[in-house]
Amino acid sequence: MLIELREVWKVYRMDGVEVQALRGVDLRVEPGEFVAIMGPSGSGKSTCLNVLGLLDRPTSGQYLFEGQDTARLGEVERARLRNRRIGFVFQAFNLLPRTTALENVELPLVYAGVRDRARALAALRAVGLEHRARHLPTQLSGGEQQRVAIARALVLQPALVLADEPTGNLDSQTSLGIMALLQQLNRDGITVVMVTHEPDVAAFAGRVVQFRDGRIVSDRVQRPRTAEVPG
Amino acid sequence: MSVLASVRVAVRALGGNPLRSVLTTLGVIIGVAAVVTTVSIGAGARRSVEEQLTALGTNLLTVLPGRAEGPGRVGQGLGSVQTLTWEDALAIQRSVPEVEAVAAEFNRTAQVVAGGYNDTTNVSGVTPSFPHVRNWQPVEGAFFTEEDMHRRARVAVLGQTVRETLFPGQDPVGQTIRIQRAQFTVIGVMDRKGSTGFGDRDDVVFVPLSTAQKRLFGVDHVRAVYVKVRDAASMQAVASRIEGLLRERHRIPEDGEPDFVVRNQADLIQAFTGVTQTITLLLGAIAAVSLVVGGIGIMNIMLVSVTERTREIGIRKAVGATHRDILVQFLVEAVLLSVGGGVLGVLVALGAARTVAALAGWATVVTPQAVLLAFGFAVAVGLFFGLYPAHRAASLDPIVALRHE
Repeated sequence: MLIELREVWKVYRMDGVEVQALRGVDLRVEPGEFVAIMGPSGSGKSTCLNVLGLLDRPTSGQYLFEGQDTARLGEVERARLRNRRIGFVFQAFNLLPRTTALENVELPLVYAGVRDRARALAALRAVGLEHRARHLPTQLSGGEQQRVAIARALVLQPALVLADEPTGNLDSQTSLGIMALLQQLNRDGITVVMVTHEPDVAAFAGRVVQFRDGRIVSDRVQRPRTAEVPG
Repeated sequence: MSVLASVRVAVRALGGNPLRSVLTTLGVIIGVAAVVTTVSIGAGARRSVEEQLTALGTNLLTVLPGRAEGPGRVGQGLGSVQTLTWEDALAIQRSVPEVEAVAAEFNRTAQVVAGGYNDTTNVSGVTPSFPHVRNWQPVEGAFFTEEDMHRRARVAVLGQTVRETLFPGQDPVGQTIRIQRAQFTVIGVMDRKGSTGFGDRDDVVFVPLSTAQKRLFGVDHVRAVYVKVRDAASMQAVASRIEGLLRERHRIPEDGEPDFVVRNQADLIQAFTGVTQTITLLLGAIAAVSLVVGGIGIMNIMLVSVTERTREIGIRKAVGATHRDILVQFLVEAVLLSVGGGVLGVLVALGAARTVAALAGWATVVTPQAVLLAFGFAVAVGLFFGLYPAHRAASLDPIVALRHE
């Protein structure tokens, strides 16, 4: 078992109002799965992804990552897991500005204490952007920026890639390329958990989990649509 | 992340906005430059005063007529009191065994004429022992002798400034000069003493004390008695022996104010170093304040930088940066700013010290201690004022930071 959420609650205060973002979520994800989390905004799907990515801690309940109770982990160990075992892909790409594609991909290597330019270049090659290594984010299209972000997520060969609306800022043609990439790395053995509200995008996943009001309301396995890697 | 990697990241971040980085360090540059410059001027002044006073001889006591006015000060009575005489000096020599030699001086400003030139200068009647007691020898010709003193001979020894004024490009030895209508033969020229601090000490004509007293000015007293002590360690004891002796000779009771002052070179050195130290400390403190202001400037810009780069911090945390990584990154940036300012400040100070030396003629000594002090202070300022912004950056919630626009 890669991921196991047991009766996870997340409650926080916002402007003095108590918000129950997660209300008893149970979720198990096996290695190699491609899971799409769907639901209307405010249903708790992003909060769930933050908990899975060790960016946020549950108010109550248990989160086991690779069999390890994450509540016992300290700040440094959580950072290390984010660095080595988890990759993030965001809707807004979140590349460092004024920093080349190659150096963006190298960022996780820097925090891992590894100086290995070849590895970063290999990751860029895997997303088909080796020729854009020296370009700044502003010189890249949205689809290219997201591919650089995927290369950054992949560079340390994590067990899990978490994608938060990865195609939210892209047109449908470009989205297809991004989904093909995510399917590709899933085929290579990396577990993918993706938040989306577009059924067209969720169709590429092998399993769809529906959230509503901080709870899972449906969880079904499906035959994924396949996207071809362009070129 | 290694510190080296942090330095690389910091250099890149600061280089991204070079004008802002330089302006931010300006406070530190000025502060460090001010500290190093003031300390070096102070050190230079102290050294030159010490050199001058030491050149006079540290085992020299000076007896001046007049009353002490407060500790270490000589009152207005100086010079107008006519009770100190050459006989007092001889008495000191006779009755204090630690005394090696004594000399006496009576001087007054007078006009000196030679050929077509004339000069108003300091005419100083001294005893033949003067060159020995004051460590000041003639370089041409010779000084006058006991015989000259006894005969009230009309012989003169010139200081370098007077020699240049009266005998430009000539050999003055053997020539004749006139002091207040009396004819004098030049028998020697004194070594150059230099002019810094106490006016031009080479602007002087020496004649025998007896000649000055009887032939020129018609007086019996002297303006100073110089006492050379055999061993500098016995200065204090000799000074009090002299005081006792002169009180007796001048018939001044135990509780009465003496009509003379005994001064010690070491006291003078101490007084001067005390003054320069106080001034240096004061200026140094002002300079340190500007360093602190520079530090506040760094903190200000670092806080702006943390806000601007909130999203970057979120990204770094998401890909595995720890609290410590972010803290170190921003601290390194702050210290780099202050160290850069320190380096530039030291360079500015080196230039300023040289300029001051050239323009004002003050000797400046840029000591390694001053440089290290200012530099260390700059680093400390960077660390201290960088800590709060760095802590703020490191404590950002990555989720909030990633959502930041």
